[in-house]
Formats: sequence, C-alpha cells, structure tokens
Amino acid sequence: MPRHKKPKLAVWKFTSCDGCQLSILDCEEELLAIASRLEIAYFLEASKRTMRGPYDISIVEGSVSTPEEIKRIQDIRSNSRIIVTVGACAASGGIQALKNFRDKNDFLSLVYATPSYICTLDTALPISRYVPVNFALQGCPINKGQLLNLICALLEGRTPNIPTYSVCVECKLKGNICILVSKNAPCLGPVTQAGCGAICPTYNRACYGCFGPKETPNATALASELKTCGFSNADIARVFRTFNPTREEFYQIGRQYERSKKSD
Amino acid sequence: MSEAKNQTKTIKVNYLARVEGEGGLFIKAQNGKVKDVQLRIFEPPRFFEGLLVDRAFTEAPDITARICGICPVAYQMSACQAMENACGITVDGPLRDLRRLLYCGEWIKSHVLHIYMLHAPDFLGYEGVVQMAKDFPQEVERGLRLKKVGNDLMSLVGGRDIHPINVCLGGFYKTPTFRELLEFADKLKQAHEDAIKTLEWLSTFRYPQLERGYLFVSLCHPHEYPIDRGKVISSAGLNIDVSQFENFFFEKHLPHSTALHATHIDADKKERDYLVGPMARFNLNFNCLTPTAKYYAEQLGLTPPCTNPFKSIAIRAIEVLYAIEEALRLIDSYHAPFSSKMPITPKANNGYGCTEAPRGILYHRYEIDEQGIIKVAKIVPPTSQNQKIIEEDLRHFVERYFSQGQAVLQHHCEQAIRNYDPCISCATHFLKLHIDEE
Repeated sequence: MPRHKKPKLAVWKFTSCDGCQLSILDCEEELLAIASRLEIAYFLEASKRTMRGPYDISIVEGSVSTPEEIKRIQDIRSNSRIIVTVGACAASGGIQALKNFRDKNDFLSLVYATPSYICTLDTALPISRYVPVNFALQGCPINKGQLLNLICALLEGRTPNIPTYSVCVECKLKGNICILVSKNAPCLGPVTQAGCGAICPTYNRACYGCFGPKETPNATALASELKTCGFSNADIARVFRTFNPTREEFYQIGRQYERSKKSD
Repeated sequence: MSEAKNQTKTIKVNYLARVEGEGGLFIKAQNGKVKDVQLRIFEPPRFFEGLLVDRAFTEAPDITARICGICPVAYQMSACQAMENACGITVDGPLRDLRRLLYCGEWIKSHVLHIYMLHAPDFLGYEGVVQMAKDFPQEVERGLRLKKVGNDLMSLVGGRDIHPINVCLGGFYKTPTFRELLEFADKLKQAHEDAIKTLEWLSTFRYPQLERGYLFVSLCHPHEYPIDRGKVISSAGLNIDVSQFENFFFEKHLPHSTALHATHIDADKKERDYLVGPMARFNLNFNCLTPTAKYYAEQLGLTPPCTNPFKSIAIRAIEVLYAIEEALRLIDSYHAPFSSKMPITPKANNGYGCTEAPRGILYHRYEIDEQGIIKVAKIVPPTSQNQKIIEEDLRHFVERYFSQGQAVLQHHCEQAIRNYDPCISCATHFLKLHIDEE
C-alpha cells in the first residue's frame, strides 16, 4: 500500500444537465484545497488531462439512458474502488425518467425527424439499477456542503454525515411557518430528504421534492392530505412525478393518482 | 510546401474536454482542403419538449431549468416570458429589474467559469485550471472569487445558484429586502476591480488569427444592452418580434449529431448559418454598453466589427464588467414592489419568449390550454444555433493552418470549439424538426 500517494478521483457524466459536477467547480473557496488532497485523474469538464484507472473514488453524475452508457458504467465499476453517485438523475433517473412512463416510439417520433439516427433505451434509470453503488448524494442539484462533507469523509475513511430525515426538520429549525398548513400549498417537505436547507419554504413556496424521498416516507398519507386540501388527482400525480419519478415511494403514488385522474 | 500535396490529415477527438456536455470532433482534410468537419454531439437526448407536454404551465420554469446546470436562469426567464406572453401579462418595474439582476448573476458566473476554468488554459498551454493554478495562483484565485460573486447573486435573488427555486410566472415567490441588496453591492464593488484585472490579464494573451464574415444574430433593445428582452435582429438587417422567430430560423437533423443544426432563412429565401452569443451581442449592441465597458473594450482593441472568434474570451470579460455595473445600477435604483408577483391566469394561447443566455439567444414557444396545461413546447438553445458556425470556423482554420503539425492543429481546433462555450446538454434536449438531410 503506497502510503503517500494521493487517492485518484474520477468524475463521470451520464445523461444529465452537468449541474451536479458543476457543484464541484462551484466549491470556489475549497476547490484548490480539494485538488491538493486528491489526484484528479479524470474530470473532462475541468481538464483535458486523463489518467487510466483504477480509481479510488468515482463520482458519477446522470442516469443511464443509452446502451453505450450501460457498458460504460460497468467498466467504471470494475475500475473503481468506491462509486458515489451525485444528484437526482444518478439516484433516481432524474427528469428524463419521465419518458419511462410513455411509449418510446411515440416519443421518438414526436421529437425527432429521423428516429433511426438516435440510439436510446426505453428508460432512463438510476446508476444503481446497473451496478452496485457505495453511496448516493440526493438532490437536483446536490448541495455543495454535502458534497464537501462526502469528499472529506471519503478522504478520512469515515461514513459521511448526510441526514436522512425530512425537509420539515430543517424547515422547523429555520423557524418557518408551515406552508402546507398556512398557505394550502402542495408541499412535499414531509416526505423529502433534507439537505437543501428547506430553501423553498423559506422563500414562501412549497417544496417540490428535488432531493427525493427521505428514509421511510409516508407518501400515501401526504397524498391523501393533499387530496383533502383540494388538489386534483392529476395535480398530485404531477407533484410526485417530477425530478425523482422512479424512486419507489414517489413512483407508487405517481402511478396511483395518474390512474385515477379521469375521476377528477 | 510541395509535401503538403497529397497529404491527408484526420483530426479526431473522441471526447472534447472543458465543454459542458458530451461531444467529439472529426475533421478530414486532403491537400489543404477540408473534406469533412463534424462536431459530433453524442450527448444522450433527453426529450424535454416531449416531457413538457401535459405538465402545468407553472412548472415550465422549474422543468426547463434542468436542461442545463450552467445556464438555468436563461431557461427560467425564457419560459416565464413565453408563458406570460400567452396569458397576456408583462412583468415590469422592480420585478423585472430583479429578474435582470438575477440574470446578471448568471452571466457573471457562467462567463467567469468559461474564461478562467475552461478557456484560459488553452491560451496558456495547460490541461485545466488545476494545473494552471500552480503557475497562476493569483489569477485563478481571482477567477474563483469573481465566479463566487455571480453564484452568490443567483442565490440571493434566486434562492440557489444551480436551478434557482425563487422564480415563478409573474415574478418571484419572495423578493429580497433593500438592505440585503445594499449589502451585496459591496461585494459587487470588489468584483468590479477583479473584472478590470481580468481584462488586463486577457490583454496579454496571444490570439490566433482568424477573421470571418459572420452573420450575427442577437436581441436588441432601444436603450439597454440585451439580456432579458428585445427584438431579434441580425447584422444583415433582420428586425423581428420574437413571435416571428420560427418564420426565419429552421432546424435540421443530421446523422452525426443528437443536436439539431439551426439555419437562418433570409429575405431572399437563402439559407445561412449564423452566430449567436457574446460576439453577436457585442457587435450589434456596442452602444448600449456602459462607458467603462466601452473604454476597456477600446483599450483592448475591441470595437465592432470584431470578427476573430478567439477574441470571444475578451468579449465575455467585457460582458462580465457590464453585468457587474448593471447589477450595481439595478440595486441602486431598486424600490421594493408591493407584491412579489403579478397575478396570472391561464389562457388557451400560444406564447413566445426569447432571452440572451450567456452563450446566445434562447427561444421558447408553448401552446397551452385554458387550464394552463402545456400542449406543445418548442425550445431552441444557443448551441444548436452555433453548431454550424463552429464547423465552418474549423473548416477555415484547418485550411489556413494545414501545414502545421497535427498536434498544434488539433489543439487549436479544440480551442476554436471552446470559443463558443458550447453547452452540449442544452443542445440535445430535442426539438421538432422540419427538414432532413442525407
């Protein structure tokens, strides 16, 4: 075991908007410190310099939506000691996973003149559907503070301290008045994982669940509450089907209310 | 020179580095003539126009923001404008000023990211910013500091720097207080000095020679440098309302790219490629820059017409200086609005929106029903408009410098692509098509 060698970090992009890997470059005050502790071996958005694996840490952004991406993630897995995924796309397919709910062929001809030029899978799925993942940071986009926490934890060999409780906890700590109760707004805070600092309720708007489900969410209860507040089945289906539509808890509610939207 | 005859050169870059999204490059040249140039965009398509169908009109700003992590505000602003246009409202006064202020934050952040982290390493011969930081620590720290001001401005007005949460149809969920803005003005004053130092630094760069006769297209407003509104104009005299955009600009689907190629159809029905972005804005709206921005532009020898694409890095820095001064002006004249948003009710209608993303005009059109459910969505991002121009630049560049070594030529070709700060994720969300080739 070479003691003084810096761990090799690779950053990989799959189907995504690049926002989560941009969060690394957005660590303005910490970027050079991170670079001094790690060997940035592969990070195309930042550098032409590429080093061959194996890599100690692979940070993976995006979902798997093409046959080529299946092969690539398998190669990355076999070349990486630790894989951490960043963002809603990698953890739950992301916004493009909305295509999973429609017929692929209808979709292709809707948007492409020559569908035969396009090679795409029927689905956009999380990285963990294809390979084992060591840790996942949720969020669309991820939170920079959580990213730094994660990188430090990996460097020190400890478990990252990432909360799994709901946005409501952060919201209460901020002293906000509950937006679901006081404004009758369709807030997903009770079922969404903390990490953003409850920014939406702090800015007077309902949480739209971009951090994905918290550990053990009761989405069924929240959906019934939204129904009582007067939201239609179609509204409820849409709220759960946005940036994390394939995560089990959100998926089930989305499907249930989508099916019953004719009774609106 | 005789050896150059019968010589074939192939330049192939499988993965372009320091661009946003995934693309490659393929050039084949023979006897000094370019046979084929392909900017290969293989970023997987994400079908946004399809995903937007059946969603609520209020969701368009949040959903389209996810097309791009680098210019989400541009998507939010064009989407808001289009929906408000459909519903018959115009956001003016302090709410509009706040939108422009938010947009200034994005211009600063995106341009500085490009200047310091993606493009400057090309001019100075480094693989990336981390390697460059060893020899240019002060400059890199300055770039990071400047970028942070852009990010912080986005967080203050938009709630978050990537995919802001505070934007809604009609305005904002919450407006900042005057005190918060005033405190921020101090950061902008520090950033102003950094922006000027950036320009001084860029004046020491060596710019490869390449002058081209471009057709520039940008927004134009009678007395503002274009960011968030205006008519669509060109250097050939086009002057149209945003709602006329699709009568003059078309897209094609080519086999080597998952992004569409846009072309302009001029008054004589001739197809022309065209350039959008900082160079177009600068050349078509120079008079609307602030006196300081004009002064530094002139000091750098940048006056319209500027047609060397490699100088776009310096024009970006001029726009950073402008955005800082514009943000200071907006803060200085700010009066808190009575309400954080104007009321908006859906109307079965078509709506059009176009704003200046950091890398060029971004057009949105939506058709919504009386409940506000989206029926049709069309989005034309800047990179699909510039794709053809990038290929043409490469063609000219390779022919001019054909006798140079393969490595040098390849390096400059990659640099030439980065002149456009191409946003490949933006370009591949996919659009409806009109014409097909091959």
